[in-house]
Formats: sequence, structure tokens, C-alpha cells
Amino acid sequence: MAAHRVSPSLNRLLFAVKYASFQSGCCAVHCNAQYSTIHTPSEKTFDKILIANRGEIACRVMKTCHKMGIQTVAVHSDVDSSAVHVKMADEAVCVGPAPTSKSYLNMDAIMDAIRVTGAQAVHPGYGFLSENKEFAKRLAAEGVAFIGPDTHAIMAMGDKIESKLIAKAANVNTIPGYDGVVKTAEEAVKIAQDIGYPVMIKASAGGGGKGMRIAWNAEETREGFRFSSQEAASSFGDDRLLIEKFIDNPRHIEIQVLADKHGNALWLNERECSIQRRNQKVVEEAPSTFLDPVTRRAMGEQAVQLAKAVQYSSAGTVEFLVDSQKNFYFLEMNTRLQVEHPITECITGLDLVEQMIRVAKGYQLQHKQEDIPINGWAIESRVYAEDPYKSFGLPSIGRLSKYQEPLNLRNVRVDSGIQEGSDISIYYDPMISKLVTYGATRAEALDRMEEALDNYVIRGVTHNIPLLREIITHPRFIAGDISTNFLPEVYPDGFKGHQLDIDTRRELLASAAALYITAQIRSQKVLGDLRVSSSPLECSRWELCAQLEDGSHSVGVTKSGNVYTVEVDGGKVEVSGQWNLASPLLPLTINGTHRTLQCLSRDASGRILLQYLGTSFKVRVLSKLAAEFNSYMPEKVPEDTSSILRSPMPGTVVAVSVKPGDPVAEGQEICVIEAMKMQNSLTAVKQAKVKSVHCKPGETVGEGDLLVELE
Amino acid sequence: MMAALSVSRSSFGLLNGFRTSFRTSFRSLGQVKHGAVAAAVLPTNLQRDSRWYSVSHLSVKERIDKKRTSALAGGGQMRIDAQHKKGKLTARERVELLLDPESFVESDMFVEHRCSDFGMEQDRNKFPGDSVVTGRGRINGRLVYVFSQDFTVFGGSLSGAHAQKICKIMDQAMTVGAPVIGLNDSGGARIQEGVESLAGYADIFLRNVLASGVVPQISLIMGPCAGGAVYSPALTDFTFMVKDTSYLFITGPDVVKSVTNEDVTQEELGGAKTHTTVSGVAHHAFENDVEALLNMREFFNFLPLSNKDPAPIRECHDSSERLVHSLDTIVPFETTKAYDMLDIVKTIVDESDFFEIMPNYAKNIVVGFARMNGRTVGIVGNQPKVASGCLDINSSVKGARFVRFCDAFNIPIITFVDVPGFLPGTAQEYGGIIRHGAKLLYAFAEATVPKITIITRKAYGGAYDVMSSKHLRGDVNYAWPTAEVAVMGAKGAVQIIFRGKENQAEAEAEYVEKFANPFPAAVRGFVDDIIEPSTTRKKICRDLEVLASKKQINPWKKHANIPL
Repeated sequence: MAAHRVSPSLNRLLFAVKYASFQSGCCAVHCNAQYSTIHTPSEKTFDKILIANRGEIACRVMKTCHKMGIQTVAVHSDVDSSAVHVKMADEAVCVGPAPTSKSYLNMDAIMDAIRVTGAQAVHPGYGFLSENKEFAKRLAAEGVAFIGPDTHAIMAMGDKIESKLIAKAANVNTIPGYDGVVKTAEEAVKIAQDIGYPVMIKASAGGGGKGMRIAWNAEETREGFRFSSQEAASSFGDDRLLIEKFIDNPRHIEIQVLADKHGNALWLNERECSIQRRNQKVVEEAPSTFLDPVTRRAMGEQAVQLAKAVQYSSAGTVEFLVDSQKNFYFLEMNTRLQVEHPITECITGLDLVEQMIRVAKGYQLQHKQEDIPINGWAIESRVYAEDPYKSFGLPSIGRLSKYQEPLNLRNVRVDSGIQEGSDISIYYDPMISKLVTYGATRAEALDRMEEALDNYVIRGVTHNIPLLREIITHPRFIAGDISTNFLPEVYPDGFKGHQLDIDTRRELLASAAALYITAQIRSQKVLGDLRVSSSPLECSRWELCAQLEDGSHSVGVTKSGNVYTVEVDGGKVEVSGQWNLASPLLPLTINGTHRTLQCLSRDASGRILLQYLGTSFKVRVLSKLAAEFNSYMPEKVPEDTSSILRSPMPGTVVAVSVKPGDPVAEGQEICVIEAMKMQNSLTAVKQAKVKSVHCKPGETVGEGDLLVELE
Repeated sequence: MMAALSVSRSSFGLLNGFRTSFRTSFRSLGQVKHGAVAAAVLPTNLQRDSRWYSVSHLSVKERIDKKRTSALAGGGQMRIDAQHKKGKLTARERVELLLDPESFVESDMFVEHRCSDFGMEQDRNKFPGDSVVTGRGRINGRLVYVFSQDFTVFGGSLSGAHAQKICKIMDQAMTVGAPVIGLNDSGGARIQEGVESLAGYADIFLRNVLASGVVPQISLIMGPCAGGAVYSPALTDFTFMVKDTSYLFITGPDVVKSVTNEDVTQEELGGAKTHTTVSGVAHHAFENDVEALLNMREFFNFLPLSNKDPAPIRECHDSSERLVHSLDTIVPFETTKAYDMLDIVKTIVDESDFFEIMPNYAKNIVVGFARMNGRTVGIVGNQPKVASGCLDINSSVKGARFVRFCDAFNIPIITFVDVPGFLPGTAQEYGGIIRHGAKLLYAFAEATVPKITIITRKAYGGAYDVMSSKHLRGDVNYAWPTAEVAVMGAKGAVQIIFRGKENQAEAEAEYVEKFANPFPAAVRGFVDDIIEPSTTRKKICRDLEVLASKKQINPWKKHANIPL
């Protein structure tokens, strides 16, 4: 929801940004644009635009279309027929069944939809057909405008090998490497040895981290070659690979460019995207803490040189790797709107989608380079439906039984394409939303992000908020000391959630105990006329036992009004709040500090699942007596999981490498599961013999499904 | 002993204070038979003298004291330790955890068994209170009568005295109008007592039957319960079990082996898993004693104290006006695609708090208790996720029993309908789906409590009639826009109406257009309104407010004759 403002000064722009966010509470669609616009209503663009995408980006594009008075057409697969982007659009056309190859990548059906609806232009969003030269060609042939660069630029930049050559020619810094097609694994090893390890093997046609592998020796090179070519073939239908020097400890910083069809090009500053897992971005910010004005200008100018070299028009992104000495190397150019574009919009006040539409219609850029500001600081967290405790995020699926975006907070923008009741399915990207916060300073933006993550209610799917919150509060991140290796360096043994210290443990236990007592007291409040009078306990002090994973803690609680004074492990904690037992959010004041906790579940046996500092903690609160009796209860022996291989996520079985009776070594690959286009190799955790195999290639499996049993 | 009860604790204090005076006046009564105690304390010289030689030197005061201590110790520390070792709590510990602190009022602590055969009359075979602890107490302030069988005394076996104690509190519960909770942990009949024990069972059975529909009766099986003993839990309204430590069977594995030559373990024959998934005898199973008892407290909160009380209303933090947006998209477009009825139930009821009854048995129907704006309601729903939500023998019986409980105890019934019909097949027909299906029909039809029905999708054929339809005196019947009320699905209908004709597809489309929507039912007034799913909670809450004063009386009868 962006305010309409005609040519405001840049100072006022910032105000508009805040205004827009302040108004967000009444926004019908849960999306809040943190940008303003200098849209001129008299400037005629298109009457109707078809958005060849789904999810948040389709909604994002439609929002600008609505603002510009442009009719929108959504395309959707059959399972998406009640998706948010379909409801938001003026018209919607079903283009096929759930698998993307049959719907969102189905050019014939989409071309039909364009003809049927009479759309004059197509915005492709990101992914799917956004960088597909074939699609751009077909649109051009029918006289439909493609809201993106021209075909030749897509072709030039879409191929990583070719783009590198062009970049070199345009005097853009590039990484040493082998620019060519690698045909066999042995050839890959030889090239890798020439360049020197470590090397990066990636799909020539790829992007988004798919089909990418890093190799530190010959064996890994062979394996990487195999994986990358398979993934490249399945994701892009093109198994060409390239190999280049892998820059250790690099930062990933990209420059947003915007160009028109008249040879004008601007750089809209950088985005710091170093926080990644498996080469996919997790947290982004603009600007970067690392760049000085000189480097920023140098990078910006090289990006513009490259754009001009390929006669680029529309919005695009030039990705660079930056080493610790601030040397930067061209990585690739994305000829589309990036996922993380909102943070650029926040700090520059530009609506990139609007600019793309204008440029596609043939208008000249409205700005000069010196008009492009860096106003404040913006941070984006990608909220994913995935389990961060498994390799920093393995996809999870489910139905959003409860979903509430933190739009009650100021300076928060949430770009999402789902709502309460939506399904996160195995067919599409598991992204729930992009949570963007904005502030005059980085500290302000970070504080707001912390608050926003705490107030974000997501139930029904596993999500990565625990990880996001840990990242943005980590001292290294706060200090700006990051690289693309941030996650493996900070969490070498994998992400384990927030680690409690003495104070936070006390706070957590105190909150849980107070919630428990609230529920206990409420249980006695029977209303109405009673035939047999009730005799509730008058109690002012409770002796409890609270159990966390690390053991039992003695807890004493006294209550006065809404304030609980809780003694835990010899420390005193005062907790107050509204104590609404129906609300998912628990806005509390703990020892004078405001904190929002979330109650994820609560049962009759005293088990309380609380989301505290982003991580969910299992607390069990029992009366002293129940705890004492509980000590007699036998521990139920959990299933021995070392000889059972279960699917860590929902997906499709791609390959099963063993059969019953086979001996397997520890770490040996047993089968490969593909989910959301990522192949995951599952390995044996011990040396054993295969007892039975419960899956076969091509089968769809759910999370926790038994795949293989070992003896 | 840590499970010492408050009542006894305070009594000790009192008694100790009087000790000296008692000692001087009555130093007589040591080993008299229990039934004679009242007569023995009559202060006549004759009696005092006549008993002088047969009794100990303890005062009455001291003897009361001693008896109480002994009663509290049950079968002794060794047996208590053995009970703990098995992962079980003692009878008294269970009562203490089940009830509010300091609320237990024990009765019959001095009752002892009356058997004099097989050396049972010996002192060491007498345990004050015998093998059961009985009394009354409070759960969250609300009155309840409790008995808890003590496995440490003769394996919790049922003597005449044991039965008499249970009967006494059941009679009191009936007079007052308060529920009875039985904690069963008994090896069976007290064989030494023979027919006396059998009579005891029958006395309890009779009371179970008379109390049925008058006060809620709950059985929690926390150990063995075998032979005739199983019929007491079976007669009560709800039977809950503890996993791995409780068993219910008519005859144990040894007898089974000798009679049918089947090899079966106790667990397989009558464990919690068997009864909650296969036989449908038990309504829920819990991990251990502590969880079971804590859950009983929670469960008890849903129930009225008797058939004279309305469904209880608890303070509610969940707004009755809350819109549930996720419901607008929950029913899939494809009519053949399943969804989880529990998702609907849990988002509509207060605080997603749903106590499901028989969650693992006949899963094609969902039943359980919840609250709407604080008021207890019974929820019945077809579960499209399991067997398409069809009605079969087991689901009909499960549903019927639940509906009848709700009706007996003034609990409004909310029914969510997505039913493609009754399950066809020889297994069902031979099994008597006709008479079993009739039970559910009967239960809904006779129920006079407020009945609200929501048709979420399919309501086909006879199953539509059964599922608390308007025709069975449904008070408020809603349809969601996705509802289809019809005799059968389009395909089947078209095959009959247009038999032999071409253009079946066209005919099918016509049928879908005509019937696969809520209008045919709505124009006839068979549903009162077609509502947006997101408003369902709000509407139900408002309707219940109005229906709270509903009065409906069935024709007088001695009792009805449900097709059993």
C-alpha cells in the first residue's frame, strides 16, 4: 500500500515511506509496501498486464499495477486456484496442473492466456520464465511487451560463460576460471587442478544456487560434477557446467541497476547478501556495512558499464563477490527483478516494478545518478517454510493454520503471497514471505526486525524464524563481520537454536510458570449459577517444578494482579502482561523489559511450548507433587533411529543406491530425495547391512516416512 | 509416607492432643473384629471387663491413630516400592494428584474385610480400608466422588468390604448429584471370599447402571482389570487407560491359550493400544499415571456434575466474534480431495482446545469435547481424511454413544457433515450396518439438547439424514457454499437417471449444476442459511446463546428401545 505522491522532495519521500507503513494495519492484503512513488497518472503505460508468476512476487507486481490503474491477469496452476495472487488479480487463467513444468513454465498455455485476456504486457517476476529468452521471443513475435530486458540481453547474461566474456570486455573485474563447457568429470578435475582448489562448479544456465557445488579436491570435483549436471538438467534442461576459482571467505554484494531503452542507466546502490545457506540468500540488507563510497561508486560504475555493454533496459542486478581487501569480482547478472529488491526500494524510495513498467513502455528514466539516495537502512529476512535445525533449512510443508504478519509494527513491510489457511506444497518454493524492516540507522532496522520476528505468528508449518532471529542478533552480524561462510562458521555443528544463559533461562522458566498458573487459575473459574457450589482454592503462592531439556528447576510463584513474581534458581523475575490464554502472542514485561513470546502449545500435562527469542523451547511445568510422582514414571525408550533412515522432508525419491543385503559404510549414500528442486543425499550413520528398502525412485514421500532399514 | 492425605494429617494432630486421657479410660480394644468396634466402645463395666484379657494395652485414641497410619501405608512399604518400580503410583498418590490439594475427604478408612477362611482372619491379613480408597474431593473446585483400588493390598482384589465401600460413595454421588471417578488397579475377585466377591461386583454393576445418565461416570484403568471386573468400566461413560501398565480382558492369556490355543500377550490381548485402536472399549490412552491423572482433571472440567446441571461455562479468553479466515479455503475444489476435519474443529472452538474421544478408533468420525465461548459442547464430525468420512459400523457406534452422553448431560451438539454415505460391502452388511447405523440415527433423533449442524461439503443419501439433519430436529442447520446435499454423487445418479443414454458427461454436468451445491436444500428450508465458513464460529456462539433456554421433551416412556 503505497501512498500516491507526486514528485515529492527526497526528504518527504522518507516521510511517505513511514506513512505508508503506518497505514498498513488497514491494508486488505497483508502486504505493505515500504516505498513511495513518483508515479504520474497522466503517463500512459499499459491497460492490462499479465503476471506470469505466483506467490509473493505476483502479488507485489499487482500492487503496483493497481496503483498505476493497470488491470491485472493472474495465471495459476489448478492447486493455486484460491491462492492470494489469484484473488488479487482482476482476471485469472488456469494454465495447468500443479507441477511447474506443466503450469508456470507452460509457455503455450500462458501465451493462450495472454491472447484470451488481451494483456498488452507480461511481467515475469523472478524464476520461472523471467530469464527465458524463448519466452521473450514468443512475446515479441505476438507484439506483447515483456517487462524486462530485451532478448539479446537475457541471452548474453543468461549464459554464465558468455556473460563473463562480455563482462571482461566491458572492463568489469572477473574471477579467474575456465570459461567453457566441461564435458566429463575427468576434464573437470583437470581444469580444477589448473585453476587451483578450491573451485566452484556450477550450471552454466543456473541461478539461485541450484546446480552449484564447491570442491576442495579431485574426488569432490567428480561428485560435484555429477550432482551439478544432474540438477542442471532437471532444473534448467541444460547440463552445461563451468568451473572457476572459488574465493574463500567472500562477501556477496550486488548492485541494482536500472536502465531504459534510450541508453540511460543508473546504479541504485548495493545490497549485501552474504548471509546464505547452500548458496541461497537468507538475510539481506541495504546498504552494506562493508562498502565505502569509493568502492560503492566503482562497483556501481562497472555495473552500469556492463548494462550499457549489453544495451540493457529495465531493472537488473549485477552480482559481485567481494574479498576482504574490497577487491570485487563480477559473478553474474540477473536480468530480472530480484527477490530482495524491496530493501533497495526502502533506501531509495523508488518503486522498481513501476520503473520496469515505464521502461517497458519506452519511457526514459526519471532520475539522474545524483538523485539516487541512501536513506536509512533496510533489512530483509526471508521467512521460509523449512526446518532450520536440518542443514540450516530443509523444506517443510503444511497448511498455515494460523498466520499473522507483524504489520501492527511501524516500518515493517511484508511481501507475501499466502494467507491463513494457505497450503505450502511440495510443488513450489517454500518461501512464506519476505520480512523487511526499515530504520534511520542500521541499529534501528535491526531492533525492528527483532521485534517483527517475535511478533510473526506462523502455525502449521515449520519455519526458519529461530535461525533468522539468531542471525540478526549475532554479535558478528551486528558488527557487520560477515561472509558467505557466516552460517557454517558460526554454527559449525549445525544450527541448534538459541542457547540460553542464566538470565534468559530464568526469564523463560518464569514466563512458562506464570502462564501455567494463569491457566490453573482460569480452570477454576466456572461461571453461571451452580447447583453444587464450587470451592476454588485460594492460593497466593505456588511451588512448582519446571523442567527444561537441561533438567529440573525449582520455581516459586506469587501473584498480585497481573504481575507474577517468580523465583527461579535463586533469582527473582517479575513478569507481567495481559495473560490472554487464547492469543498466540504473549506480550510480556519481564523485569521491566518488553518481550513478545509466543505460546505454541499447552497441554493438560503441563507441557508448554514457548517461542522465546525466536526459538521454541519445551518447558514442562508441574506442581511439586506431580513432579515428585513423575520421578516414578518410567522413561519410555525411544525408537533406535541409527538403523532407520527416514525422509527428513517431503519430496520425491530420485535414486535408491542400495538394496536389501548390501553392506553400507558410515557416510555412504543410501538414497537421494529431491524437494523443491534440491537434491539431498541421505547417508548411513553407521556401518551396517541393509535390512529392507521401503521406497523406490519416483515415489513421493512425506517427512518422517521410513525409507530404508539397516540391521 | 509422602502420600499422606490432608484429612489424616489434621486428624493426627487432634488425636495426639487427647492421647493421655484416652489411655486411662479405654485401654481395651485391640483385636476386636471390625464390625464390633461401635459396640465395644460402649463404656459399661461389664464390657470393659469382659474384654480386658483379649485386647492390647493401647488406648482407643492410640488405636485410631495406629489404624489410620496403617491405612495410609496400604500394603506396606515393600509393596509400595514394588508398585513404584512398575512405574505406577499408589492408590493414595493417585487420589492426591487427581484432586485439588487438601480437598480429599476419605470415607471408610477403618473398613476391613470380613473373610475368615484360609487364614484371612489373621491380623497380618487385615488392612484398614482394605484394598480400596474411597471418598470425595474437588477438581478445580468442583465436587467429585472417587474410588481408587489399592494394588498393594491383596493385589487390589475385590472383597465384599471393598465393593461395599465403592457402593457407598456411588450412592452418595447419586444423592448429591456429582460424578464418580474410578481408578481401577485390581487383580480381580478376592478368591478367598468366593461368592461374596461376586455379589460385590454385581452391587457395583447395578449402581453403575442406575447412575448411568444421572451422574457422569469415568473409569481410569491404571493396572489390571480382568474377568467380571471389566464390566464396571464398560458400564461407565468413559474408560481411559494408561499405556503399558493397564489391561482389560475377560480372560487372560493363559486361559486363552488353554481354550483356543492362541498365543497372545497381555498387551496384545487387552492393552491400551488394543482397546483404543481395535476393540473400541477404551476412549483414550495416556503415557503414564501422572499424565493420565492430569488429563482427567482437564477432562473433568468439560462435564456437568449431573443430568440436572447445564453444560459448564468456563471463563473464556477467545472472542466469540472471532472470524476464522483459514476456513474459507479449507475445503478443496476437487470434491474427491480430502482435508482434515480436525483443522476445522480446532480453529472454530475456543483456544483450539479439543479433547478428542477415541482418537484412534473408527477415525472416519471425529468426536470430542470443546468449548464455545466458554460453554462445553460436544463435537461430532465426519473425517474426510479417513475412508472419505463414510459412516460404517464402528463409526456409527462411536458417534451414537457420544451423542447420547451429550444428550444425557445437557451438552449441546455441534455436527460437521462431510459424508459420502454409508460404507458398502458384505463385511458391513453381514456385520449389521443396518442396526448399527440405526444407533447413530436414533441418537441424533432422540437428542433434545441444542443441535447445530454445519454441512461443509458432501451430505449424501441416508447419511445426510442421519447426521443431525433438520428433519431430526436440528435447531440450526448451516451449509457452507461448498455443500452438496443430494441422494448420491453425480456420477452414480446420472448412471441411474440417464441409463443407456449417450452424453453421460453432459448429463453429469447438469446434475452437478442442479445438485452439487447448497441451493436444493436451502430453498426447501432444510438448511437455515448458507454461511461464509469464516463466520462459522461467530454464528455458532450466537446460536448457542439463544439455544441455552431450549426446552424439548420426548414422549413419556419407561425407556426407549435403541437398536442394540
